[in-house]
Amino acid sequence: MRRGEPVVELHGITKRFPGVVANKDIELTVHRGTVHAIVGENGAGKSTLMKILYGVQQPDEGSIAVEGRVRQLKSPADAIEAGIGMVFQHFQLADNFTVLENVVLGAEGLHGIGDGARRKIKEISDAYGLDIEPDALVEHLGVGAQQRVEILKVLYRGARIIILDEPTAVLVPQEVDELFDNLRELKAEGLTVIFISHKLDEVLRVADAITVVRRGTTVAEVSPQDVSARDLAELMVGSELPSPSTEESTVTDVPLLTVEATSLENPLGGRPLLTDINLTIHSGEIVGIAGVEGNGQDELVEVIMGMREPTAGRILLGDVDTSTWQTREIREAGIGYIPADRHRHGLLLEAPLWENVILGHQTEPIYVTGPGGSLVNGSAARQETEAVVEQYDVRTPSINVTAGSLSGGNQQKLIIGREMRREPKVLVAAHPTRGVDVGAQAAIWDHIKQARRAGLGVLLISADLEELVGLSDTIHVILRGRLTGQFDPDSVTKEELGSAMTGATTEGAA
Amino acid sequence: MTRRFDLRRMGIALSAPVLAILVAVIVTSTILVVAGDPVGEVWGTILSVPRPRVIVAIINAAIVYYISAVAVAIGFRMNLFNIGVDGQYRIAAFAAAVVAGEGWLPGPLNILLGLVVAMLAGGLWAGIAGLLKVYRGVSEVISTIMLNAIATVLVAFLLRKAAPQTGSNIVSTQPIPEGSRVGGLPLIPGVSREVYGLVFLAVLIGVLYWFVLGKTRFGFDLRATGRSESAAVASGVKVKRMVLLSMILSGVVAGLVGMPLLFGQDYAYGTTFQPGLGFAGIAIALLGRNHPVGIVFAAFLWAFLDQQSNALQITAGVSDRLVLIIQGVIVLSVVIAYEVIRRLNVRIEQRRVAQALAEQAATVKEGAPA
Ligand SMILES: Nc1ncnc2c1ncn2[C@@H]1O[C@H](COP(=O)(O)OP(=O)(O)OP(=O)(O)O)[C@@H](O)[C@H]1O
Ligand SMILES: [Mg+2]
Repeated sequence: MRRGEPVVELHGITKRFPGVVANKDIELTVHRGTVHAIVGENGAGKSTLMKILYGVQQPDEGSIAVEGRVRQLKSPADAIEAGIGMVFQHFQLADNFTVLENVVLGAEGLHGIGDGARRKIKEISDAYGLDIEPDALVEHLGVGAQQRVEILKVLYRGARIIILDEPTAVLVPQEVDELFDNLRELKAEGLTVIFISHKLDEVLRVADAITVVRRGTTVAEVSPQDVSARDLAELMVGSELPSPSTEESTVTDVPLLTVEATSLENPLGGRPLLTDINLTIHSGEIVGIAGVEGNGQDELVEVIMGMREPTAGRILLGDVDTSTWQTREIREAGIGYIPADRHRHGLLLEAPLWENVILGHQTEPIYVTGPGGSLVNGSAARQETEAVVEQYDVRTPSINVTAGSLSGGNQQKLIIGREMRREPKVLVAAHPTRGVDVGAQAAIWDHIKQARRAGLGVLLISADLEELVGLSDTIHVILRGRLTGQFDPDSVTKEELGSAMTGATTEGAA
Repeated sequence: MTRRFDLRRMGIALSAPVLAILVAVIVTSTILVVAGDPVGEVWGTILSVPRPRVIVAIINAAIVYYISAVAVAIGFRMNLFNIGVDGQYRIAAFAAAVVAGEGWLPGPLNILLGLVVAMLAGGLWAGIAGLLKVYRGVSEVISTIMLNAIATVLVAFLLRKAAPQTGSNIVSTQPIPEGSRVGGLPLIPGVSREVYGLVFLAVLIGVLYWFVLGKTRFGFDLRATGRSESAAVASGVKVKRMVLLSMILSGVVAGLVGMPLLFGQDYAYGTTFQPGLGFAGIAIALLGRNHPVGIVFAAFLWAFLDQQSNALQITAGVSDRLVLIIQGVIVLSVVIAYEVIRRLNVRIEQRRVAQALAEQAATVKEGAPA
């Protein structure tokens, strides 16, 4: 394909952290007007590299040239000055502010905070087809729209090179398509996009060039026309991937978890967060929940986990009513929990790995000792952590490092391992493989399937339709707090699911 | 390997306060020079070897500071800023003085009763702030400041009622009977002044603090809540209960702050009872990084500066208030120093890793990247 001149040139970038080398002699050239994808295993060093390019972190060695000029990027301000913008995986928008307020925040000097700014936002939105209303409240926007606001924020600050770290992890397929349309618009206007993704099919669809990072080093640059997703995966891990096998149904008729006519009012008023939810998870069954983020998935999970009390209905574990139980009792009863937001709900980022493995299982017999189980058994926790690290392939120099120093995917693997090692009866899993590379994803799926064979029941919430269809025995669609349809994963198509999720069809097939 | 790691970590833990003290010395000296005061004599006075009598005073002050700082640290570990230790210990000391002064129980039992009353009073007073936070969402910073003010007025009011009408203008509670006083320990030879007998109380509090926070499940939940409330909730910690409990616990320890003074020196609560111990506790907890041993050093440093500066007016003609500047700068710079040292450490570590990797590469020749 036709390429513009190089706009980003990284030479010999090396970055070390205690106990690990995150980047080693990175060579990367990105050309103007292209979408450049970066792929690699969890912990390969992709996020670190992007943080270096955005001035969040400083390289120990190597040079950065932007649009032909060698630059010292000491802070994001320097990067913005050089025309580089970054959208982080966790959005950084203030919910109760409007789009306009969010966009001008910290950039008041550019076009003011009033009509000038509003005009500019409209202009950018029109130019790149972002479809953004400056006066909308951010909390009313869906995830896809919020992401477009983040992109607009970056463009507003004059970025010509935009970095997106795992932008599609939180999006459902329709939103991914919209995002990719936006990226093509940007590219057509001469802007450059660098993006990280673990979803190799998407990468092949949208990228003009792909750089593969392995163990901190760039090992290959390929063109999407020349490779398949399999080739990419092999380049990433340096060996062939195990192929996930199909399974026979293991569903029994023993109900483990039943949600009965459960509703949850919105404490701030307005539409209820959950309305009349009914679902049953049997032993050996995986029940999938498909939906666009923000349609009640989080609330459903929080109600089941006892973090919120439902305003109507009841939740049964076996045949015991647990509606009034607190989170700890529910955990003790054998419900494992993989939260959607690992930073907020899953980890103590400043605590060592072994303390994080105890988290959520503080009262488990294995982790306590002393009279009445009032003491923490540190040595048992360390042993378990070693086992989690080993079995779930958590890449870390030691179990004494803090959880915050692991790469995103490795944090996720730690959480999965900690929950699965406790052999729960029911697993409530929200996006269990979010941010995890393809190899580790297959391994996690295998772990879950294996536990299912032994009778585990799973509530699986995922934005990844492949995962939902591949793992689930039944799929429910959630829309505005209601279960609006039930589908058989063997026969449903992604298009059917997709339109049910966005409410394009009235009701799903029964 | 782990040993060396620990040694290095200890080195880091020590270098930050040392750096902070150095900065404080430089800043204070600069101030003295600008003000035209005799720098050499000031430091000569402060850094002179304390006389035995002063050593005892330093130890005694440190004992009280230590308890106060632990009370503050319990809150800090949970992200609670208990500014109310000051009010809590005064209410508690007053209540204990009144009860123990009655002498309802004989001898040592009366001491025990006094301690229990102090813990209850401190815990209750702090519990008010805890309840306000849990049920009304009132920041504990605000409520404890208010409660400090209320404590001052309340104690003054009750003191008038409780004090025997003697006609003298020293207002004070009934003295504690002779048999219920805690004798001092003649640790330093050659002086009549003795170390508070309740030094054991401070040691016990330190050990318990280390044990409960570091080793128990309760401590784990408390630290987890301090690090991330949302993650703690998801892990099954009942955060409201935790906030209330740790606030009360902080108050219980705060209640004991005045006990060495009450049972070992003053034997009654009066208008001259030592004020301000709660605020010193905040600074000392910060300086000691909430660490049970760190706080010991911080408390001694604080007490040392306090006592050594008493003579400043006489020897150097400089106000002993100067010590407040020194202490203030130490706290400020210690916060900064910890960050500087942390970064330095990361850099050293990185260099070490790089070296190890270079050695590896030399032995195992790797193929060039594709
Ligand atoms: N702040 C940090 N302190 C210590 N180590 C770190 C830090 N940030 C990253 N690392 C380490 O650097 C390596 C690369 O991490 P990075 O986050 O760049 O990986 P990644 O390729 O983005 O992985 P993922 O796909 O899982 O997000 C990992 O081994 C990680 O543990
Ligand atoms: Mg990453």
